[in-house]
Formats: sequence, C-alpha cells, structure tokens
Amino acid sequence: MTIKYLSTGNEACGEGAVRAGCRFYAGYPITPQNELTAYMSRRMEEEGGVFIQAESELAAINMVLGASAAGSRVFTSSSSPGVSLKQEGISYMAGCELPAVIANVMRGGPGLGNIDAAQGDYFQATKGGGHGDYRLLVLAPASVQEMFDFTYEAFSLADKYRNPVMILADGMIGQMMEPLEFKENIKPAGIIDKPWAMTGAKARKAQSIKSLVLGEGLLEKHNEHLQGKYALMGKKEVKTELYNTEGAEVMLVAYGLASRVARSCIDSLRKNGVKVGLVRPITLWPFPYKELSNFAKKGVKFLVVEMSAGQMLEDVRLTVQDDEKVSFLGHTGGGIPTEEEITLKIEQIRKR
Amino acid sequence: MSKLFAKPKSMKDAATHYCPGCGHGLIHRLICEVIDEMDIREEVIAIAPVGCAVLAYDYWDFDTMEAPHGRTPAVATGVKRVLPDRLVFTYQGDGDLAAIGTAEIIHAGNRGENISVIFVNNGVYGMTGGQMAPTTLLGQRTATSQFTRRAEKEGFPLKIMEMMAILPAVVYLERTSVHSPKEIMKTKRAIRKSFDMQLNKKGFSMVEVLSPCPTYWGLDPIKSMKRIEEEVIKEYPLGVIKENR
Amino acid sequence: MTAKKTKLKIDNERCKGCMLCIHACPKGILEASAKVNKRGLKYVVVKHPDECTGCALCAIMCPDCAIEILRKK
Repeated sequence: MTIKYLSTGNEACGEGAVRAGCRFYAGYPITPQNELTAYMSRRMEEEGGVFIQAESELAAINMVLGASAAGSRVFTSSSSPGVSLKQEGISYMAGCELPAVIANVMRGGPGLGNIDAAQGDYFQATKGGGHGDYRLLVLAPASVQEMFDFTYEAFSLADKYRNPVMILADGMIGQMMEPLEFKENIKPAGIIDKPWAMTGAKARKAQSIKSLVLGEGLLEKHNEHLQGKYALMGKKEVKTELYNTEGAEVMLVAYGLASRVARSCIDSLRKNGVKVGLVRPITLWPFPYKELSNFAKKGVKFLVVEMSAGQMLEDVRLTVQDDEKVSFLGHTGGGIPTEEEITLKIEQIRKR
Repeated sequence: MSKLFAKPKSMKDAATHYCPGCGHGLIHRLICEVIDEMDIREEVIAIAPVGCAVLAYDYWDFDTMEAPHGRTPAVATGVKRVLPDRLVFTYQGDGDLAAIGTAEIIHAGNRGENISVIFVNNGVYGMTGGQMAPTTLLGQRTATSQFTRRAEKEGFPLKIMEMMAILPAVVYLERTSVHSPKEIMKTKRAIRKSFDMQLNKKGFSMVEVLSPCPTYWGLDPIKSMKRIEEEVIKEYPLGVIKENR
Repeated sequence: MTAKKTKLKIDNERCKGCMLCIHACPKGILEASAKVNKRGLKYVVVKHPDECTGCALCAIMCPDCAIEILRKK
C-alpha cells in the first residue's frame, strides 16, 4: 500500500524524518522553514517523541547534541542566519562523532537578507561553516519527493558515519507543493547499535563523549581518524544525476531549484537539436569531481547555474582546471535564473 | 582496618589538575560521595562545562560528556528528554552559567527540565587567566577589570539564583559554600536533596556553591576561604532561596 | 574515638600543600613537611598521630582526597 498526498517540501522533509525513526526534534521559528518546525511539533507528539521549541537555534543544536549523545535519532532545522548560529554545535558534533540531521532551508543573505529562496550557503555547508577540519555529508533535494527521500536516508548515513548530515534546500522547495509518495509500511533503515552512547555506566566502564583531545599528537590522530571517515564518504556516497548528458557539448551544472529550471531549459533545447545536458550533484559533499572530470576530458563546456554569486562554481573550476571552459549564470538575493537567460547564455557559449 | 574516610568509589584515582586550595576538588568529591551513598553510579550522566572543570570526565567514574560553553543546560535537556530515568546533572562555572549560558539556564529552568544543576561560583574565569565574571564582586581586580570592578562601567554582580526563583517551574534553589567543614557538609546535603528531587521527578533544581580561586584571587587557600566567609557571602547570602514542597 | 583506634594517612603525592587541613584540625596535629613532593609542593604530615580523634575535619576539608582515615579493629 502506498500513501500519496500533496505536501509542501518542508512537511515532506519532516515526514521523512519521522519515518526514519527520528524521535527528537528541537528548532526555532525562522522563515521560510516554519512549516517544518510546526509539523514536527505535531508529529513528534503523535509518535511519542520529543519536540522542543528551543530559546534559540543555538540552544536547539545543543539539545540535539545531547539527545544524539543519549543515542536517539535527532533532527533540527533552520534557515541561513539560524544555521550560522548552529555552526559551533555542528563543529562539536563532528568532533565528538555524534550523528544528527540538520536541514537548512536557504534564504537570501548575507545577514538578515530576505525570505526568498537562495543558494548562498553552499560554502557554509560544504567548506566548513564551523571551525576545524571536518566535513558534513550534504544532500540537495530538488523536489518535494526528494525532501522526503533524502531526509529519510540522511538518518542512516548519519548513524553509519557517526557524523552530522545536512539537507540543503531552499525556501521555494520548502514551501512548494507537489505529490509525495511513500510505502505505508516504510520502516527506519540502517538502525545500528550505539555502544558509545551516554546511557549510564551499567555493566560497562564509564565513558565520555568529547571533542577536547589534549596530549602530544593525540588531536592529530583523532583528526586523521575523522579524515579517514570523510575519505570513505568520498569513495562510497557520491550521488549525481546525469540528465540528457549523452553527447552533450554544453553541460549545465546545477542543484536544487536551479536544476529544475536547467532541466526545463534542456528539454526545450534538445527538441531543437541542441546538445546540452545537466550534471546535477545530489551530494554537494562529497562533490562529484569524477563525473565532472570525465566530461571535462571530453572537451565539454560547462555552465554553472546557481542562486548565488558563484559558490559551487569554484568546485567546478577546481575540477575542470580550465577557466575557458567554465561559465557562470547566477542570481543572488532571492533571484532565480530563468529559462530564457540560461538559453541565451548557452547560445553565447556555443558561439565561442 | 576499615576506612572511616576515603576517596569515594565514583571518583577516579587520577590526581586532579586543579590548583592547591581550589573548590572544584571538594565539590567533585561531594558529588561522588552522594552518588556512592545513593548507589546510582550506573544511572548518572554528567555534563561537564567549559572552564577549569572541563576535564571532569578524567575524575568522575560515570558517564560524562562535554558541552559547548554555556550550552550545558540545553545539552542536559536533550539527554534527559531521551533518557528520563537517568540522573542527569550539569556542572557549571560562573562563565558557563552566568555569562554565555544565561539563556540556556533560564529556559531549562522555565521549562522545568527535571535535571540538577551544580553552579560553582568563584567570581572569576580561572581557565582563561583570571578575567572578570558576571559574579565578580565590586571593587575586585581581575585581568579585565584592572581598575577594579565599577558599577558604572562593569555593572553589578549577577544574582542568577535570585532571578531564577521567580520561575514557577523551578522547584529548589539553595546557595551553599565550601569555606569550612560545616559548610562543606551543607553543600553535600544540598546536592543530595537536588538529586533526590530529580529521581522523584520533582522538576528543576540548582545548587550554587561559593568556591575559592586562590590563584586569581591572589590569596593563599586559607585566606581564600576566609574571603568567602567575610566578603563573598555578603553579596551572595547562603541558604535556601526557593523550595517547593 | 581515641588515637589508638584511628590511623591518619596522607598521600604525599596527592597533597598539593594547600594547608586547609592544618587550619581545620582542632587538635593542631598536622604540619607542613620540610620536604617537597614530585610536583614541588610542600605536603602535609601528621605531627602527633596519637592525638588524632578521628573527627575527619581534615579529610572533609581536603580538595584532593589525599587524606584517608582508617579505623583500627
């Protein structure tokens, strides 16, 4: 039996968490993800879980830290400025090796910005955000269905790697409504034992959860261990969608909302025989360096389309290693690239 | 021979890094004595602060975890809500609780989280080199109040306990001290009371313990204890500030 | 309790020489040693062990669990 209904992206994200066995959510209201916090306030109670509207995003990430340490599947969500507040806690969780899922429904920035959809937090999500040498596994949904699917999977990934995982969406994907579908009897996946959890020293030695590592060379060893996990993620967890890439001369590179516009654009252009395709990173970290590199070797020209001043652009440039071959089309402050703009830019690139 | 007095079982063997005459060693021991007497070592989850006591997990033989500075009550909230039958306590200094963590302690208290908070108030930031704390006394010289603390520029010593007393969900607040054996035993009883209340699901309780910092008070340990008795208590009076029965 | 029934043990290496126990002892039977321990601190020694009444005020006052009081059977 399948459940199917019309849902907002925010609520689909919440339901994905519930179905993944999340039973602890702490959050704070911020637009454009308020539907998610409100949804969790109802669903957590219905499922016998814990919902706390914390006093701040800062308090929320720390409640999540504690609940994760106690062994629960945990979730917090916010939008750009609130996610900035969470960076300290996220760094601590990475250092302590605590699993968690954090959703960032991006809005225009920097600062208070506006409440429109944007993709200005790519750097924050993939290049750190918080201090220290750590990485987040970052998933970028481009539809309401993917808000559910990726959030559902994120909990398994977080537990598997004992690391926070981020869902990087934007205000439009969060608030748009599309059909959502999932199996009625869907169960939490990837449940594993957590012998490291803070449960009280019963029938075992007392243990601690900490990121402070003093002593000659010890923090370096710990970091080597963390880097080992990230290398493994890089090997095993890269996810990309290749859309109409067969024989493409121009390759669009876009994620999330921008990828939907890119897709429409490609559909129209392919009808007119223009050989254009889309490489859509699903994991922003680990980044699909290999896929892009393979296309670069074939002499493909790239057009990176982002709702930012060019953040993922830098990763594409790093991979392609030839700036003549990489172009950019972007809008900041909530602006969304249009099909017309992208089409025009592709024409310019093809003429070169 | 039987032991009339010895290191409690819940206290690890490690010699502490605390300065001679520091109150942390005393308060750590009292907590461990209470845990031994209640026989709850296997149920305890402690949240350590950032401050001199950040290494508390090296001294306590029960599950202890780190929290980002000041967020201790939020972390404790997360733990206790997931494992409500465990004994969850936070151990915080005056920076952790009364400066960076003011929002977290007030809201944990206001929500009535069923946890115990041990607030170690020594009126100075030890770990970072003796800076002014919210609880530093007027006229006290510190690394960041080099002209002494003046009300016009640095404000007054902050009374968190008195502020928290008006919160209906806070059930027990007591301020104690460690400046004499008598006061040390009172501190132990207050900690025991807080832990008992938690296990009986009474709600949020806190014990503030006036503690010495000989190093940054610039006094020897004996004079430091005297300073608590003669000066600190005037600003931070001892006793039960609130008790809901 | 008389001195014949209790024994006071001070761990030289745990002792940090804070002297709080000396101050707390109502009988004045503790004193600072002339020697220092591995940390370079003057530890406390029991000057008059036979006069210990086992009141334990020293042990209660000690921040380092350096004092043990044993009851002789």
